[in-house]
Amino acid sequence: MTTMAPDAGAQDTTAHEAVFDAAVAAEERIEPRDWMPDAYRATLVRQIAQHAHSEIIGMQPEANWITRAPSLRRKAILMAKVQDEAGHGLYLYSAAETLGTGRDELLDKLHSGRQKYSSIFNYPTLTWADVGAIGWLVDGAAITNQVPLCRCSYGPYARAMVRICKEESFHQRQGYELLLALSRGTEAQHAMAQDAVDRWWWPSLMMFGPPDAESSHSAQSMAWKIKRHSNDELRQRFVDICVPQAASLGLTLPDPDLRWNEERGHHDFGAIDWTEFQDVLRGNGPCNDQRIGQRRRAHEEGAWVREAAAAYAAKHGKATA
Amino acid sequence: MTDAPVTLGEAPLATAALALGDDALVLSHRLGEWAGHAPVLEEEVALANIALDLLGQARTLLSLAGDEDELAYLREERSFRNAQLVEQPNGDFARTIARQLYFSVHQHLLYGQLAAGDGPFAPLAGKAVKEVAYHRDHAEHWTLRLGDGTEESHARMQRALDALWRYTGELFEPVEGLSVDWTALREGWLAAVTEVVERATLKLPDGPQSGAWTAGAGRQGIHTEPFGRMLAEMQHLHRSHPGASW
Ligand SMILES: [Fe+2]
Ligand SMILES: [Fe+2]
Repeated sequence: MTTMAPDAGAQDTTAHEAVFDAAVAAEERIEPRDWMPDAYRATLVRQIAQHAHSEIIGMQPEANWITRAPSLRRKAILMAKVQDEAGHGLYLYSAAETLGTGRDELLDKLHSGRQKYSSIFNYPTLTWADVGAIGWLVDGAAITNQVPLCRCSYGPYARAMVRICKEESFHQRQGYELLLALSRGTEAQHAMAQDAVDRWWWPSLMMFGPPDAESSHSAQSMAWKIKRHSNDELRQRFVDICVPQAASLGLTLPDPDLRWNEERGHHDFGAIDWTEFQDVLRGNGPCNDQRIGQRRRAHEEGAWVREAAAAYAAKHGKATA
Repeated sequence: MTDAPVTLGEAPLATAALALGDDALVLSHRLGEWAGHAPVLEEEVALANIALDLLGQARTLLSLAGDEDELAYLREERSFRNAQLVEQPNGDFARTIARQLYFSVHQHLLYGQLAAGDGPFAPLAGKAVKEVAYHRDHAEHWTLRLGDGTEESHARMQRALDALWRYTGELFEPVEGLSVDWTALREGWLAAVTEVVERATLKLPDGPQSGAWTAGAGRQGIHTEPFGRMLAEMQHLHRSHPGASW
């Protein structure tokens, strides 16, 4: 647990609040030992936990292809990527820990369905090209979302995001490069790449969350400088980045309404199927049960290992794994 | 590249490169199967680390014998030269750790000898021996934790050591093209493994170190049944697109 300032009455809270507000306004970082409003702490724990859970659940759809990677070079890249995601999970659970909530508690909440992870990972990886599409689009969308978090008001989260964003941009480039090789390959490989992009495009756009008008947490998070841009702004930025990249890949994006709007200086794009988004969020996606089932199983089957490490540490007075 | 099965050159250098390269390739693949299933997040990172080191070694070694992808993806089961130990399925975490212990102590001592010599594998072994020292350290630490942890972990670790013991003898069958003191290797290995196993409050298995007719079998292309399925999974996509590049 981090030390919370002792409760010395309402007056102190007001004084603390003024210091906190001034620090946030001045773009200073809030650190673990600083006073912070309970709601700020809770919002951060919720967001960081969801982010950490997404990293570790996100290992599954790509790990699905490690044993079938079609060249040793691609296999090495993919194993390293999945390993990076585990590392991201570690940094983020540590960041949450600085707010007084440990990894075990957060994992319990994930396993019991009380905390969520990004819905994108409830879609299946059906072909090898999906590994490329995830790198290009899903890591790409994650970067668009996360680069502004490197300036988040909470120090440990902001610093974790700097490291993570660097690695995510590798993943994005590797995914793009994988798709490029397929797109320029045989007819069957090209078709495989196009099919993957067709399936992953719309779910990637949903990664930015509901439209601004319906986003419940946004306003307060913006005021606290946890969030910097609205969902719709980030989504637009992502679309504008992807359109020319798709053209260089020689692949099309599955949206007949996608076109450049001279007046706005942005691409217009078609309506997102928010019914599907809500449906997947509620647990009805193609892989929700499978993903959480595998996570629970790994945790349960690993219980005896963690118990052994703890017992050994207790006997020998050393830290566990 | 063709989709015809690849046959091997039988020069001693190629034979040795394949034996060492296939050990690393196959064990890396098995460790890769853990991704997303490890008992604790730190082990996702550690097992992937080891798998990546081994894959890097495999790529260098196979490239000495030919094209790495042709060798990995287009050979049939009978042409693989890895020891049977590394192809054994992961089982529970104890089984994986026992396999790691037996193999990494062997590889560490073997690469130590190769690095100290002036043969064609010295530069590679010199680099890899540092990686393998970490693999060995990882396996020894977990052997201690599991052996001297709880009653359950102790029992699982003992079962794992016993079950894999019969695949250890093959590690000391001389490989053509490697100038290694195999007797010293076996003695060094036995001393090191015994020390860790006893410190972990476990018992060194007392059965034979090889099956009835299988001594040195993996090196001759005789493998165990699970290996064929492993290869089927590993090679399927590559073989489905003959001549494609990835
Ligand atoms: Fe990540
Ligand atoms: Fe990533």
